[in-house]
Amino acid sequence: MATNKVLMKGNEALAEAALRAGCRFFFGYPITPQTELAAYMSKRLPKEGGTYLQAESEVAAINMVYGAAAAGARAMTSSSSPGISLKGEGVSYIAGADLPCVIINVQRGGPGLGSIQPSQSDYWQATRALGHGDFFMPVFAPSTVQEMANCVYDAFNVADKYRTPVMILADGMLGQMMEPVVMPEPIDPATLPEKPWATCGHGGERFHNVANSLYLVASKLEEKNVERFKRYEIIKATEQRAETFLCEDAEIVLVAFGASARIAHSAVVTAREKGIRAGLVRPITLWPFPVDTLATTFDTARAYLSVEMNMGQMVDDVRLAVNGRAPVEFFGRTGGIIPTPAEVLAQIERIAAEKGLGGCCCTCKNSDEA
Amino acid sequence: MIEKDLTARAENVPVIPARSEEIIELAEGEKIVKTRPHALLPVVTNYCPGCPHGIMNRLVAEVLDELDIEGKTIGVAPVGCSVMSYDFFGCDMVEAAHGRSPAVATGIKRVHPDKVVFAYQGDGDLASIGMAETVHAATRGEKITIIFINNAIYGMTGGQMAPTSLPNQVTQTSPYGRDVHTAGFPVRICELLSTLDGVAYAERVCVDSPKSIRNAKRALKKAFECQIEGIGYSIIEVVSTCPTNWGMTPQKAFEWMRENMLPYYPLGVYRDVKADGFQDIYGAAAKRAEGCPIAQPPAANEGSK
Ligand SMILES: Cc1ncc(C[n+]2csc(CCOP(=O)(O)OP(=O)(O)O)c2C)c(N)n1
Ligand code: SF4
Ligand SMILES: [Mg+2]
Repeated sequence: MATNKVLMKGNEALAEAALRAGCRFFFGYPITPQTELAAYMSKRLPKEGGTYLQAESEVAAINMVYGAAAAGARAMTSSSSPGISLKGEGVSYIAGADLPCVIINVQRGGPGLGSIQPSQSDYWQATRALGHGDFFMPVFAPSTVQEMANCVYDAFNVADKYRTPVMILADGMLGQMMEPVVMPEPIDPATLPEKPWATCGHGGERFHNVANSLYLVASKLEEKNVERFKRYEIIKATEQRAETFLCEDAEIVLVAFGASARIAHSAVVTAREKGIRAGLVRPITLWPFPVDTLATTFDTARAYLSVEMNMGQMVDDVRLAVNGRAPVEFFGRTGGIIPTPAEVLAQIERIAAEKGLGGCCCTCKNSDEA
Repeated sequence: MIEKDLTARAENVPVIPARSEEIIELAEGEKIVKTRPHALLPVVTNYCPGCPHGIMNRLVAEVLDELDIEGKTIGVAPVGCSVMSYDFFGCDMVEAAHGRSPAVATGIKRVHPDKVVFAYQGDGDLASIGMAETVHAATRGEKITIIFINNAIYGMTGGQMAPTSLPNQVTQTSPYGRDVHTAGFPVRICELLSTLDGVAYAERVCVDSPKSIRNAKRALKKAFECQIEGIGYSIIEVVSTCPTNWGMTPQKAFEWMRENMLPYYPLGVYRDVKADGFQDIYGAAAKRAEGCPIAQPPAANEGSK
């Protein structure tokens, strides 16, 4: 049977997949480079009986998402870095009220107005502190257009399952890139599981539902936070996602996500051709960070190299996971510059030379030969 | 009421309340029947004695009862002294971030256009930090109802200057009186919003006497009906007091309000598109933009695509 492959921009794939995941409520505010996503939604949603609403600001947009999520709907917003900062307040309230929703960040360079070129400099913001207070949110980092489509699906499911905001951390390169994609099967929102906690009018059938993040009694708030962190433990144990490439015998393990993983992948292939045992761990979830996958490389790895489009952010998580077992190095470009495979290869070769690695003859496996 | 006082009233009782009734027998067969509206849960509120927030919470609940809409209503609580009203109202409730209630209400209403959605906000919440959300929900003509308690002060945080504090009014952060040369002028919300096409009904009321309370309830009911009939956005501004932070008895506070606030914030209806002879905001807006062909509704605009 012929698969239904279509050529799509990453931003459009995110939008179409959200529709297919049963999302009928989108609230946004224009910003480059996520423009096509909102435009796609504005075209499609009215025809699907949904709501596309261009809010007065990102602050308003995320609060509309808060309302729609509380009301029981699958709701989404998208923006790019400066706009995501404005959503921080709302995301904190959404996390505090245990509501599910999806937030897409098609990252651009920062800080400040930064640039409109691709970047990964919101890694810390996404995985550490998008808003105030004790909370995390699952973060997906796709690296192909196909994966962008798939992870929107996963994101809505994870959000509903754990009642948490979920972020998809893309970037300007992935958003603008065109690739063939097979779209997931559409879900009819009416068939999604009921949300008994939703604030949708009690109809005289039950006590009122309340969506709230305020707990003025310290012990109550602590209880709430502890309960939420127990959920986070389950998420950490079951929702880590990552892909490995040539890691079985890898001595130099690259760690890269999203767009930079594509470049790191090329560099690994070339390094292997040169006889250096390089491999790649590509986190697909950034929180929870795929420490279990990274652990599978501990036996062979002599050095790690985190490749990012920022000044070095994920490298912190790699260091925490590796925990001193091997040196962890960083290479990145920033300002909206995408590192080249040659630049990354040069780093691999430098590390190989410093460690006296590479030049192996019998055991090195090239992906094509394997 | 100051933030720390809230902790005193922490445990609410989650039981489905019966409509409670207390009857006080008087001489000669007369009696006073005290009832609690069904839409007001039997919990102790956290408002200071003599605070109009209590009166307004009750009026909203009475209107929900009279229109028989508690079961299909979702309320949005603000950040301010009425923050914990999510525990007081019997309908489903959402607690919003400071000033964001109109955006949260928008999200809810878009998901459930057949339900009734209201937001209850103070003046700091609505007219300062949430001004953008206020103006845009209004101009979008969201079918929501806003209850706006203008007490010319930030009550909850202990009496700082509000966007509605009067010129020369002494507050914690305008200790020499609000200096209009540096702090600017107060915002008149009903006047401001009545310029927007999305607003179907805007009225300013107060609750300083049985008569004005009855009038406020009438206005409130009208605002909810306006939403239910799909006419457009509705707002009821309540010129209120804050005896605690104004440093006055409740009676004295009402006197000060009548003397100083009512001249600055005159009571009355500021916009009523139905009374103006329109079916809804769309008709009224088209009329206002009569000379602008593109702004006319599609039927009248046929062929001009
Ligand atoms: C983002 C944010 N800023 C400031 C506060 C602190 N704060 C709590 S209530 C309030 C003012 C409320 O005043 P108003 O809206 O007039 O309501 P009132 O208490 O007078 O009824 C402020 C500034 C907050 N909770 N959140
Ligand atoms: S009197 Fe003032 S401080 Fe007390 S509850 Fe009312 S508005 Fe708040
Ligand atoms: Mg106030």
